[in-house]
Parts: sequence; structure tokens; C-alpha cells
Amino acid sequence: MAFLPVFLWSDLVIWLLVAALGLLAWGVARTPPLGAAWGRVLHSRTGMASLAVLALFVAVGLLDSAHYRPRLADAPQNGQGSGAGAAPAYGVEVLSLLDALLTPLRTQVEKTYSAPLATRAYAKEMQEVRQPDGSLVQQRDFPRLKFGGAHLGSEESAWAGDVARRLLQGYGLAILLWAALAIFLAGRLARRRQCSFRQSWRELWRRPPTSTAPAWDALLLTLAGLFLLLTPLLALAPEYHVLGTDKVGQDVLYQILKSIRTALVIGLVTTLVTLPVGVLLGIAAGYFRGWVDDLIQYLYTTLSSIPGVLLIAAAVLMMQVVIDTHPEWFATAAERADLRLLALCFILGMTSWTGLARLLRGETLKLSQLEYIQAAQAFGVSSWRILLRHILPNVMHIVLIALVMDFSGLVLAEAVLSYVGIGVDPTMISFGTMINNARMELAREPMVWWSLAAAFVFMFILVLAANLFADVVRDAFDPRAA
Amino acid sequence: MSDLLSVRNLKAGFLAGGRVLTAVDGVSFAVAPGETFALLGESGCGKSATALALLRLLPNAGRIQGGEVWLEGEEILALPEAAMRDRRGSAAAMIFQEPATSLNPVLTIGRQIGESLERHRGMKGEAARREALALLTAVGIADPERRLEEYPFQLSGGMKQRAMIAIALAGEPRLLIADEPTTALDVTIQAQILDLLARLQAERAMGMLLITHDLGVVARSAHRVGVMYAGEIVETAPRQEFFTSPRHPYTQKLFAALPDLGQRGAQLATIPGQVPGLAAMPAGCRFAPRCPVAMDRCRLESPGWTELEAGHQVRCHWVAQQLPGGEQRLPDLPAAPPTAAAAADAARENLLAVGELKVHFPIRKGLFKRTVGHVKAVDGVSLELQRGRTLALVGESGCGKTTAGKAVLRLLPASGSVRLDGRELLALPERELKPLRRRMQMVFQDPFASLNPRLTVGEIIEEGMTALRVAASRDERRAALAALLESVGLPAEALGRYPHEFSGGQRQRIAIARALAVQPELLVCDEPTSALDVSVQAQILNLLRRLQEELGLAYLFITHNFAVVEYLAHDVAVMYLGRIVEQGPVQQVLAAPCHPYTRALLSAVPEPRLAGQREMVRLPGETPSPARPPQGCHFHPRCAQASERCRQEYPAPSTQAGGVVVRCHLYPAD
Repeated sequence: MAFLPVFLWSDLVIWLLVAALGLLAWGVARTPPLGAAWGRVLHSRTGMASLAVLALFVAVGLLDSAHYRPRLADAPQNGQGSGAGAAPAYGVEVLSLLDALLTPLRTQVEKTYSAPLATRAYAKEMQEVRQPDGSLVQQRDFPRLKFGGAHLGSEESAWAGDVARRLLQGYGLAILLWAALAIFLAGRLARRRQCSFRQSWRELWRRPPTSTAPAWDALLLTLAGLFLLLTPLLALAPEYHVLGTDKVGQDVLYQILKSIRTALVIGLVTTLVTLPVGVLLGIAAGYFRGWVDDLIQYLYTTLSSIPGVLLIAAAVLMMQVVIDTHPEWFATAAERADLRLLALCFILGMTSWTGLARLLRGETLKLSQLEYIQAAQAFGVSSWRILLRHILPNVMHIVLIALVMDFSGLVLAEAVLSYVGIGVDPTMISFGTMINNARMELAREPMVWWSLAAAFVFMFILVLAANLFADVVRDAFDPRAA
Repeated sequence: MSDLLSVRNLKAGFLAGGRVLTAVDGVSFAVAPGETFALLGESGCGKSATALALLRLLPNAGRIQGGEVWLEGEEILALPEAAMRDRRGSAAAMIFQEPATSLNPVLTIGRQIGESLERHRGMKGEAARREALALLTAVGIADPERRLEEYPFQLSGGMKQRAMIAIALAGEPRLLIADEPTTALDVTIQAQILDLLARLQAERAMGMLLITHDLGVVARSAHRVGVMYAGEIVETAPRQEFFTSPRHPYTQKLFAALPDLGQRGAQLATIPGQVPGLAAMPAGCRFAPRCPVAMDRCRLESPGWTELEAGHQVRCHWVAQQLPGGEQRLPDLPAAPPTAAAAADAARENLLAVGELKVHFPIRKGLFKRTVGHVKAVDGVSLELQRGRTLALVGESGCGKTTAGKAVLRLLPASGSVRLDGRELLALPERELKPLRRRMQMVFQDPFASLNPRLTVGEIIEEGMTALRVAASRDERRAALAALLESVGLPAEALGRYPHEFSGGQRQRIAIARALAVQPELLVCDEPTSALDVSVQAQILNLLRRLQEELGLAYLFITHNFAVVEYLAHDVAVMYLGRIVEQGPVQQVLAAPCHPYTRALLSAVPEPRLAGQREMVRLPGETPSPARPPQGCHFHPRCAQASERCRQEYPAPSTQAGGVVVRCHLYPAD
């Protein structure tokens, strides 16, 4: 085999989540009211647009969650080798599908900082320049990059023309792709509704007010925007560092794409830990009152009065000691970093359920006075059944909103923790580590702004799309609003 | 122009899903100075939207689509917003329905009155304070000096509404718009507020636009009446004409749907169907789909105005056709014969016997939550209810009637004794109580809060059956569900739908079906019709009466509405501050009330007719808090006949003629 598949723990969690979502989607499709609610989500322009953006992020994250170790070229046979039957050797570096796709970006490492699209480094260096008379003169200048714009050779003046040409190529490709997609979509719709292409095209853009069709127009517009952004990137990336390089000369675009997975894992897995604890304790406290309430309140007041960073730091340091004393657990550095990431999620989850629990306790206090709860009590329905059937579904919109708000908070918390040195493994690329590094770069003169700007913009888009999507989902699922 | 307010062809709607749904469609009326014009209609007919549109206060989604509003000879729809702000509060002021939410909780009453005084009359400081005092005195608030400095939470509901009126009067408005001003109040307080409004109007020669759904309030307060249906005014008439000869089929139906003693045992007239939605208005007359005398023409063409007599106009093809002098009364319904149930009044065994029931909520204070007192919500209530009979528990809000009903079902901790068919319930552990839960169920007041919005109707009704294991197999349950829906008059496809797709009356039917699903013998009905419109209320009352006849149910009927008591109940118990003050057969108690409180309560109920308004007994003040009930007879601070003895000791029960038991010192104890 040319590679050895590697299953990291976080990969398992992620693919399990994907499978669960798939099952859920299948279940939703079979339940008409839920299907109608999701129909309303797709009907909303904001919903469709944010969904398209989120889907792109998730796709990158998923590509980055299929790991393998490449097979090394067979080592030269030495005397002690057991001949052809020798076990194939695999590299210690764990790569993902995304790494494979991004190979030029991953491997084209410069010496140090370079600005976006630059052909020369960002700092002057002593160079030996051969003069026309053949002598070598030492000169301080910006050195040529090893990879950025290397195809231009010595004709650096052609830079502007080359970038413009590639941009135009990118735009051209974007328009072609988009037009093909739009025509394909309109054609499909026309066939399904059995109307003429012209009519379906018109309806695509101008939905009648009573229509419940998905907001295809918003999808197409979002895709248009995304294509216009991405295809020029595609055209430029092989030859240039589109977003520049960092201190050790690594491509910033590559780092950004790798950070997406870390952000998604931190946001989703932590949520998965918070959810059962926060929801269960919150609604139990609100419904049972009495000593149960006292106990749970005591627990979360105590927990939330300890400074969060301190608590997390203590837990992370303990975990680090355990990891460091058991190197035999991990075959590769990636496995170690991955376990540390999961442990961080767990620790973050264990310290951040209090807000959700408090919110749900208040809402449950209110709900449990409602008459449908009393009607259930009059039937002698058991308390746990009341919690599951009557209270839980009616607080789900709060859970959903709290979770999305938490998602952005957690992505940011990761940055803070990485700064204190208790975040993700230093070898793992994340928005947090990028921003943390950029902090020093901002103090440089001249300033290195591109890492921070890129991390900020991508994080912002991710969180904004998630927030917008959650809003639409809440509106669609809240029966009181419907 | 002599009219204070003149509305011509006003059209307003709400933006929804990219188009404007018209809620008020071509409404025209006028209000003269010193006159009260009542806009009468059921919920959702557009009467509140009309009032808000007049002052240009429609919510964000609201749009005024056309028409003219002339206020004091000025077209106000064309005014800029800044000028409009001067008119609001000074030319026309508004009182809202819910006094609890229309006052700002963090400002004192004085500040809130002062705000209007400063805005409209430029008063400040001492002058404003004096004027605010005068206003509070004018609206009948005792001790105005103190109230001026108080916050809304320190005032009772009736006082809050008085304070609201004082704020409205602060700008010396020529027109007062009162949007259901008494709906959230108890009947005795409602009578006080209606009297107050009438007095203020006479003193200040204000015009008043009274918006209400209550025919009783109209009968008591209005000079002229406009009936709204589905966004249109369908009939306008002076009060006299309106009550003696209503013409429009809808108006006639409304009167017929009112329950009272005369219709006891008979089927109430109902209006079939429901008010059409804003999105699906019928093309012709909007009432045509529900009208018993609708003709082909009604479905095609919207009727114009027909002038009957001076000031009496109707929009109806049927009335127009029968002019002049034709019979304009709707054909009477075939009255259902008084049923056998009334005849079999012979001694029946007691199904429910409540003895000395007490529900005390502890008041806890301090660090260690020590109990410093009790709210005696129910304080020694004894009741008896026989199979197939209805006992009405009547009282004002806060008297403990709902608490008593829930305590009977053991939804609240209580002491005393509750016996169902001879078995004591209060001492039973939950496990042994569970089989008995099958035999008693509850129908709640608010059909919007009593159904879980996340469950389908089928799941809601099925819940009790699964919890109490009523129908074992799935097929049995399915068959039972279908039968239940049919018995409460809902289509079978309702099972898969969600509660929010149903109207209030339909939801109450679902709630009744849920209770009936476990085949109970006793049904505690907690104000099941108070959140419903008159025509829908009639449907629910008919349903309850039919179910009682068919299934022999016993009802413990908790209500504040005497008309419903007259129509449905066999016995009645009147509660005041957690205790029953008078109890007996319904005819005796209502015809010849003994206790001064019962008398006052009955006289405060506005009757929806001109003749036969009961002699007025006005109650001063409001119900005291059950945490600190007065010494002696609880009622003595408000009683005109209170003596020294009433202040000392609580009266013992005294049995009167006809089996009425009353607790009052005016009647010698047994």
C-alpha cells in the first residue's frame, strides 16, 4: 500500500458527528413537520447564503480529517534486511488529504517573512552580487524568494502583468463555472417543475411571495462571491504566496486552511461535552427545585467563581505531565497533539457548561409553571418523561443559540489559552497560534500585518456565518414565531 | 365640522411575507364631543388595529393603506411625525388593556404623569406636582400624596388602571381612546372604572372611543355602537336601537350566543365556522360563509350601507332585501328540549367531597429562608359534588378558586381532606394515587399555554392514555383517538397537526379531548371559556353540556362569569379570600343572594341588555392580600353593612331556605 491510514481520536469524533448528522437528516426528511422547518431555513436567503459558506468551511475541515502516513521509498537493502518480505516503512509525518491537495503550498517554504504576492523577502540581507566586471560585491538588499514568483526568473518587471493575467484567468474561470452551475440548476428546476427553462430562470430570481421554494438566488449569489474570491486564489497560489509567509517562511494561506479544522474541532467537540452536562443539570435544577436545585446551583456558582483560566491551566498542565511521562502511547507527534486537542476540548467543556445551565434553569422555572406541564402532572406522567417530552424540546432554541454564541467564544478562548501557553500543542496550526504569533509581528517595524489580517478575516467569516445560520434556524424552529 | 373625530374609509394592514394583509378595510365612523362610540367585535376583527391606526401608532409591520382621519378639523394622516406627537396625548389620548404592562415599572407614578404634563402643558416643578395630585384625586385614588411617590408594583390592578387614566387625562385630551380598558380587571373593579370613565367624560365633555368585546360594557357605557367583523364595520346604531332591534345577522347571532338563565338546558346558538383569516377574505360579504341567511348575491358582492332609521345602518343584502318593514329577525333555532338530566335531581351519591381544604404557601425570608408567614390561598374550603352535576366555584381573581381546583387534583400540596368516591386522596402516596388520576382530570384556562407547542395533537391527547395505560394496544389507542376527536367536533386529520395551527376554541376542544382520553368521572374546568370569544364560548359550553349528558361527567367549574354559571351550573359556591362565603343551588343564590359580597358581585356584572340592569351595589376598595387577611369577617372592610361583630370574629355558617349556606353575621348561625 502506498499509504497507511491513520485514525486520530478527533477524526473519529468528527466522522461520528458527520454520521450522526446524516442519520438526523434522514430522520428529518421522514418527519414532515421537521422537514417543513428545514424547508423554511432553506427558504430564507440568509439561511441559504450562510449555509453555503459554512459548507465550504466544513468541507475543508473534513478533508483535513482524513489522515494517513505516506510510504517511504524503500530503504536500500542492507545486509541484515530480510529481503523482499521487509515490512514497508512509513513516514513519521501524518498528513491529511488536504495536505496532499495543498502540496505545493505545504512544501514551498521560504526563509522568513514575505508580503502577500511578493517576489522578494521582507527583510534585507547581505548578498553577494556579481558585478559586470566579474567581481563579487557584498550588498545589502531584499533577497529574491525561493518560490514566490520563481517562474518569472530574472524578469521581475513582468510581475504586475503576470498577476493581472492570472487574476483575469481566475475571474474568467469563476464566471464560466458560475454560469454553468446556474444553467444546470435552472435546467434541473425546469425539469422538476415541468416548465420552460425561461420561466424557471425567472422564478429562480424573482420568487413569488407565496412560494416556499429554497432561496436558490441567494445560493447562486453567494457562490458567485465565493468563486470570484477563490478562483483567482487558485490561479495565483501555485506560483505566489497569496497571503504572504510567516516568520519561518511557511505559507499563510496553508496555515489558515489548516486552522479551520482546529477551530471546528474546538467549537464542535467542546459543545458536545458541554451540552449533556449543561442541559441536564440546568433543566433538572429548574424543574425539581428543592435540594436538587440547591446542589446544582452550589456546584455551578463554585465552579464559575474560580477564575476560568486558572482552572483550565491547572487541568492542562496536569494533562501535559501525563502526556509527557507516557511517550510510548503515541506513535507520532500528530497523535500526541491530537490527544492534547481533545483533552483541551474536554477541559473547556467541563468549565463552560455553567452559563448554559444557569440560562436553562431560569427558562425551566418559567416553563414548569405552564399549564401543559400541570396537565401532564395531572396524568401522573413521570418527572423524567416530563423533562424529556415537554421541557427539553421547548428550551432547544435557547440551547441552539447559546451553542452558536459559545462556538465563537470557544474559538476565541483557544487563542487566549494558546497565548498563555496552555492551548493546543505548539506544533498544531490554529487561529489561536497564528494570532498569537502575529502579536509579536505587529510590533515589528515595518509591520507584518498579513497573518493577523488573514486569521481575523477567516475567523470572522466563519463565526458570522455560524451566527446568521443559527438565527435562521431558531426562527424556523420556534413554533411561536411560525 | 361638528364631529370631534371623523374617520373616513380607513384602510390599514400588516406587512407579512412581502405583502400587506389588510386588517382594517374601509372603516368609517365619527365621534362627537361628549359622546361614547363603542367599537364592538371579537378578537382579531381589527378593532385595536383601528385605534392604533388613528393615532398612527401601528407597530413596525403596520401600514396605513388609505382613508382619512379628521381630528378636530385636521387631517392627521398627512401630518409630519413631529406634529403628530403634539396631537397624541393632547388632542387624543389612549388607555390600554393591560395596566400592568403599560406603566413603566422603574418610574414613580408622579414622574409618569409629570412627563405628559410637561410635554403637553409645559408644567414643571411644583405646578406639575399640584396638577398631578389633582388628577389622581380626580380618578379616585385615595391618599394621592403618597401614591404620587410610589412605583407601579406598589399599586393594585385597579389603581394602576386609574393611574393610567390619570396619565391619559394629563394632556387634557378632547378624545379618549380606551382599548378594552376593563378586560384585565375583576367585575367589581370593572364597574368602578366604567363609572369613573363615564363621570370624567361628563365633566370634561370628552369624546370617547371605547373598544371592547363585551356586550355588557357596551350596554352600560356606550351612546352609539359600531359592530366590526373581519375588518369591516357591519352595523352602526344608537344604543337603544342596537339592543332592541339588532339587524345584521352577525349581531343577532352574537346576542343569541350569550348564555343566561333563560337558556338553561337548551342549546346555545353558535356561529358555525370561524372568522376568515386576513390572507383569505371571502370576496363578497365577509360574513357570508357563516351566515344562516346568506344568498348567492352575498358571496359575490360586498353589501353597501342600508339606512334603516336615523343613525342605524347595516351592511347586509338580506336586510336590504326585506325592506321596508319585512321580518328582519333570524329564524329561531329549534330549541332543544330540556333534557332528562334536569328531572333526575333525586339524591345521588357524592363523587367528590372536600372538607376543610387548606393550601398555605409559606413566605420565606432571610438568609436561612425561615418561614415568616403564610399566604392562605385556600383556607378551609368544604364542597360536595355529585355525579353528573356541575358545581360552580365563583370569585374574583386571587380569591383562591384555581388553587382550590388544583389542590383537589393534588397538583399542589394541601391539607384537609379530599375524598373521591369515598377514598381519601391527600394521604395517598403518588404510586397509589396514579390509578385514581384516571378518574379526575382538568381543563385549563388558557388554551394557548395548556398545549405543548412541540407535540402534535395526537401526541398530546395520547399522553394521558400511555401514562395511565388506558388503551393497551396501538390500534385501540388509534381508534380511541379518532372517537375522541369526533366527540369534541374536530376533524380526524387534526391528529398530525401542531397546536399553533388551531384557533383558541379549537385548542380548547383539544384540551377537553386530552382530559376525556382517560375517561374521567370528574372534570375540573378552570375558566375554560374566559380566553375565548362569545361565539366560541357558546360552542365550548354546548360541548361541555352535551358531554355531561352523554357521559355523566361531574364538573367542578371554576369561573368568574355569572352568565356561564347561570347557564351551566347546578350548584354554586362563592369564594372570597380563600373561603366560601355563600353556597347553594344556583337558582336560589343568583335570584336571591344573601351575602353582601354575592350581591355586590352580581350587581357589578354588566348585563348585555338595556332593561334588567341590576340595582347597583358598589364595592369600595379592592380585595386584600391573602397573606394578611383582615381580622374577623374577611369582607368587612368593603362591606356597607359591617358591624362591630364583623370586625371581631369570622361568621359561622348559617343555613337559609332552599339549602343555601351563608357565612355572614347578618344571618344567625345554625
